[in-house]
Amino acid sequence: MRRVLGTAAAVAVLALAAGCGDSTDPAAAPPGSGGGLSGTVTVFAAASLTEPFTTLGRQFEAAHPGVQVRFNFAASSALAQSIAQGAPADVFASASLKTMAQVTDAADPKTFATNVMEIAVPPDNPGNVTGVADLARPGLKVALCQAQVPCGATAQAVFDKQKLTVPAVTLGADVKSVLTQVQLGEVDAGVVYRTDVRAAGAKVRGIEIPADRNASTAYPIAALKDAPNPAGAAAFVDQVLSADGRTVLTAAGFAGP
Amino acid sequence: MRRRSAAPWPLAVPAAIAIAFLLLPLVGLVVRAPWRTLPGLLADPAVGQALRLSLTTATLATAVSLVLGVPLAWVLARVRFPGRSVLRALVTLPLVLPPVVGGVALFLALGRRGLLGQYLDRWFGLTIPFTPAAVVIAETFVAMPFLVVAVEGALRAADPRFEEASATLGASRWTTFRRVTLPMIGPSVLAGAVLCWARALGEFGATITFAGNFPGRTQTTPIAVYLLLETDPDAAIALSLVLLTVSVVVLVSLRDRVLRAGT
Repeated sequence: MRRVLGTAAAVAVLALAAGCGDSTDPAAAPPGSGGGLSGTVTVFAAASLTEPFTTLGRQFEAAHPGVQVRFNFAASSALAQSIAQGAPADVFASASLKTMAQVTDAADPKTFATNVMEIAVPPDNPGNVTGVADLARPGLKVALCQAQVPCGATAQAVFDKQKLTVPAVTLGADVKSVLTQVQLGEVDAGVVYRTDVRAAGAKVRGIEIPADRNASTAYPIAALKDAPNPAGAAAFVDQVLSADGRTVLTAAGFAGP
Repeated sequence: MRRRSAAPWPLAVPAAIAIAFLLLPLVGLVVRAPWRTLPGLLADPAVGQALRLSLTTATLATAVSLVLGVPLAWVLARVRFPGRSVLRALVTLPLVLPPVVGGVALFLALGRRGLLGQYLDRWFGLTIPFTPAAVVIAETFVAMPFLVVAVEGALRAADPRFEEASATLGASRWTTFRRVTLPMIGPSVLAGAVLCWARALGEFGATITFAGNFPGRTQTTPIAVYLLLETDPDAAIALSLVLLTVSVVVLVSLRDRVLRAGT
């Protein structure tokens, strides 16, 4: 039976190895050099900022040769948590004032954009969704964000306005996971940001929510007090708040603060 | 002649670091656990819901793995056919495949627009993703190979003479399997099943991808831990402690079982 034990041990080792695949590891950035613009700027940003911030990061790198911008895009609530746990970030851009407030380390947050919700459906709209009221229809498969994630909280604000109860089949960890489930056609509808619908292009169809029934969320950005690269952090925040930054954000569908 | 001597330092120092590395996080979990509020945290209906769902789905996944995996192990160990080693590598792939990739693959096969899933939806109105069944499927996909590998190893190690004797006495292959082989490899099947169950209980990546996340329906304990960490870290630690306890019990029971069978 020694062999059994051996096999069991080998399998246990494999179990551990496989388990390692589960962990998400935001790329740890080497600390910057402090003065001047050099090294790496690590930006933790809401998943909904993926497209405009990637563009801004490229522009920033072009304007400051030798500087690298690294992004960690995820749910604002998850990012706030990992910053609180000591993740080495220089800048935090979140999708709600509430999640920003959880980061006590944020130096003077400034709102740089706002966003509203939109319904995303697969291109062939299998659930025949025409508006928010349809989402409460029994049998319709709807994906929402987790309640603690800004996209979940803002979607709930939309439902509350209309006194609707929407039974979701699944709650995504961030807005992009909801969008993915719509793209795959696994759900009939998902409530995401207007900007996510635009970013997905032809892969999903957007159904706009009229302004009087919609809810919006504000996006604050801040350099972090113990940023490994304070100069880089300040410069990136300036870039986002600049007129160029505004242009990129507007092109992505974000409204002004 | 065996002399007790201290381990040479190039081995002793890394070994000590390895021990600290492996145990320190567990110590952290135990030390930082909110012991005083623990009963209250675990009595929370949401926590109980996640634990119940995890226990049920992991047990069902183990049952499915036993019913399908033991025969698969037997085929791989006892039947000669071309491409057997390739097949073995393929069916044990989930051992090393990142679970989240498994989840994506399950979507593409069994999802509403998947290879097989589209017909299930069209013909029977059956959609698998985002249901407790999807949790069981995801867990089985990831955990069954652990059982298959353990059982196949035992089958290969088993003395073939008993099966030959049984065949000589006129027993069919099925009777031989039932009356001779299975009792012989029983302890390994049990060990494999326990490992399979533990792996299913801890499954995260494939589950959250394929089955999604909804409290009481598809939110298993590891997913609850992950999400609670954002809202209620104490509850996340309490749940982690439960999973740690289960793991320790599994490990101890496994060791006893195997040792007892060996002596």
